[in-house]
Amino acid sequence: MFAEYTASELTSIFAMQGFAGLILFSVFVLMALGLAIIFGQMGVINMAHGEFMILGAYITYLTSNLFAEYAESLFSGYFFIAMLLAFLTTFVLGAFVEWSMIRHLYKRPLDTLLATWGLSLILQQFYRTVFGAREVGVTLPDWLMGSYPLTDLIEVPINGIFVMVITICISVGVYFWMYRSRWGGQVRAVVQNREMAGAVGINTEKVDRITFALGCGIAGVAGSAFTMIGSTGPTSGQLYIVDTFLVVVFGGAASLLGTIASAFTISQAQSTMEFFLSGSMAKVLTLLVVVGILMLRPQGLFSLKIRH
Amino acid sequence: MLSNILSSTLKKTMLALSASLILAPAVTQAADVNSTGLAVTDDTVTVGILHSITGTMAISETGSVQAEKLAIKQINDMGGVLGRKIEYIQEDGASDWPTFAEKAKKLLVNDKVAAVFGCWTSASRKAVLPVFEQYNGMLYYPTFYEGLEQSPNVIYTGQEATQQILEGIDWAAETKGAKKFYLLGSDYIWPRTSNKIARKHIDKLGLKVVGEEYYPLGHTQFNSVINKIKLKKPDVVFISVVGGSNVAFYKQLKAAGIDMTKEKPLFLTISVTEDEILGIGGENIEGIYASMKYFQSLPNENNKEFVKAFKDMWGKDIVIGDVTQAAYLGPWLWKAAVEAAGSFDVDKVREASPGIELTTAPEGYVRIHKNHHLWSKTRIGVAQTDGQYKVVYESPELIEPDPFPEGYQ
Repeated sequence: MFAEYTASELTSIFAMQGFAGLILFSVFVLMALGLAIIFGQMGVINMAHGEFMILGAYITYLTSNLFAEYAESLFSGYFFIAMLLAFLTTFVLGAFVEWSMIRHLYKRPLDTLLATWGLSLILQQFYRTVFGAREVGVTLPDWLMGSYPLTDLIEVPINGIFVMVITICISVGVYFWMYRSRWGGQVRAVVQNREMAGAVGINTEKVDRITFALGCGIAGVAGSAFTMIGSTGPTSGQLYIVDTFLVVVFGGAASLLGTIASAFTISQAQSTMEFFLSGSMAKVLTLLVVVGILMLRPQGLFSLKIRH
Repeated sequence: MLSNILSSTLKKTMLALSASLILAPAVTQAADVNSTGLAVTDDTVTVGILHSITGTMAISETGSVQAEKLAIKQINDMGGVLGRKIEYIQEDGASDWPTFAEKAKKLLVNDKVAAVFGCWTSASRKAVLPVFEQYNGMLYYPTFYEGLEQSPNVIYTGQEATQQILEGIDWAAETKGAKKFYLLGSDYIWPRTSNKIARKHIDKLGLKVVGEEYYPLGHTQFNSVINKIKLKKPDVVFISVVGGSNVAFYKQLKAAGIDMTKEKPLFLTISVTEDEILGIGGENIEGIYASMKYFQSLPNENNKEFVKAFKDMWGKDIVIGDVTQAAYLGPWLWKAAVEAAGSFDVDKVREASPGIELTTAPEGYVRIHKNHHLWSKTRIGVAQTDGQYKVVYESPELIEPDPFPEGYQ
């Protein structure tokens, strides 16, 4: 399998594939963070996660159209505003969904699965009605679409770097929010013991709402970022959902560090194997390994010991 | 003996002629044109439209529904079929194959439709096939597909694989001097069969396949295969990636620093129509080539009228892809066959179908082959930033459909 390449080509292969793996890693983390927060901190399996991402993508699409129409001179910078708007919209929708639906189902975790799945169908049909069944093309500013050549073979896609930077910023932000802020303390207190947290004066309902909304907001940013690398259509969210769950479950549901470790493992394994095997076989092998590890370690890579 | 036969044939012809002369002024009675209890009255005939208008395939099938409705409207404006206006019952296959089968049965058994225009994916066609064969219905199927099928109950108005692929590869080899090919597709039957045919043909030409690769449907990360393409340096990348994966693939290709307009390598697709480019964005796909039978930009008069009528009915921003045009042919081919048969009976329509020709088709002239596929030309177009293809080549002759190509299986 290595014989057909020269030594210098092999070096390039590993560099390129390592980099492709890093981009995939960023994409996975960005997809999974929102879900991991909601799943890990609240025990809610949000099947509509992909649709929240696509809402972010559609917001980006609308923003790009607005800028192209009314403020063409500022077009090159619209992406940042689009991400902000995507975050705000999905955050608000997330808070609304929590208030109208999820909070009634905390004691019935399996029903949240069904309810959020229903929500995902409703959202899909909503997108189809509003934006049409066809995929929409999001026009990107030119500076995001190029690449930076390192050597003849190795070229670094700028949008890949961009996704990485966003991922790092959001991960660091979430870390500080969860582990260094007062809010995060309250969230963790509620996770560990809801009654006691309530008894010491934490508004558990509000904590739930903000947590859910934040998870959705991050999904929105992810969706916005993914307009650079993927499609935007009513059902595009479904393309991401399986990988997202895979990352979260493999990492250990309640652990953000686990999510990151699992995204790293899966992405590197997959991109390395993709090079030497076919795309489908790489996927099959990745899934097999994940299933194998989960059989030995059902709680995932990392897990917190908590009392429910 | 011979004279006997001749004279008897002559007598029959005379009888038929005189009969038609007598009947010509009045519209034929429903019972005369419909001996099998189809939904035909003295002034209407009912047909079915069966596509996904919800679910993941709605993206692709919407155009087909629009084209079929346009054709039906135009036929009605011209006076209908055998003096009867066409009415349609539309059912939603909901991107779910068992639903397709159920709805097909409903259309044939409950609604007694005279013909059905529908299906898009091969999976949906395979699901409805037993229903159409059991209840003897007639399906007009619009999508280009992998071939290896020929049902008496289906007319295939799209191209089968060899029509689309062989011409494309020949063109790349002759015009562009391509020697090394890289085959890339989504992982299901159509790309796999197509690439099998492509590989055999490339071997026959004495050229080389340097890579063959499949990704799961809906895959969104193509950096690895892009790296492989960079390393293997093929002259042509032959692509049959479908659905949302297309958007991811071309965007990532561009982001990886590959300028598709430089044609190093040259990208040749059999799956990206104008419909898909809407989602990909013209600026991300400029310079790739497509091998198909129809492009919206075809300069002939039929097509200009068709594009205008389509936009008048469905909006000026709409685009028309290969399958949409093929779907538009369905009702017209059916009308022509019914009129040739002088009857709506499925058996008579089937018998009359081979040889039916359409000079008004937007793609130009088409004719039904006895294997129920269409003779058609294949064109090569190059994608422009405005999302349209510019036609750079057209096969000189109509290409014979060959759903079971010998030596390619």
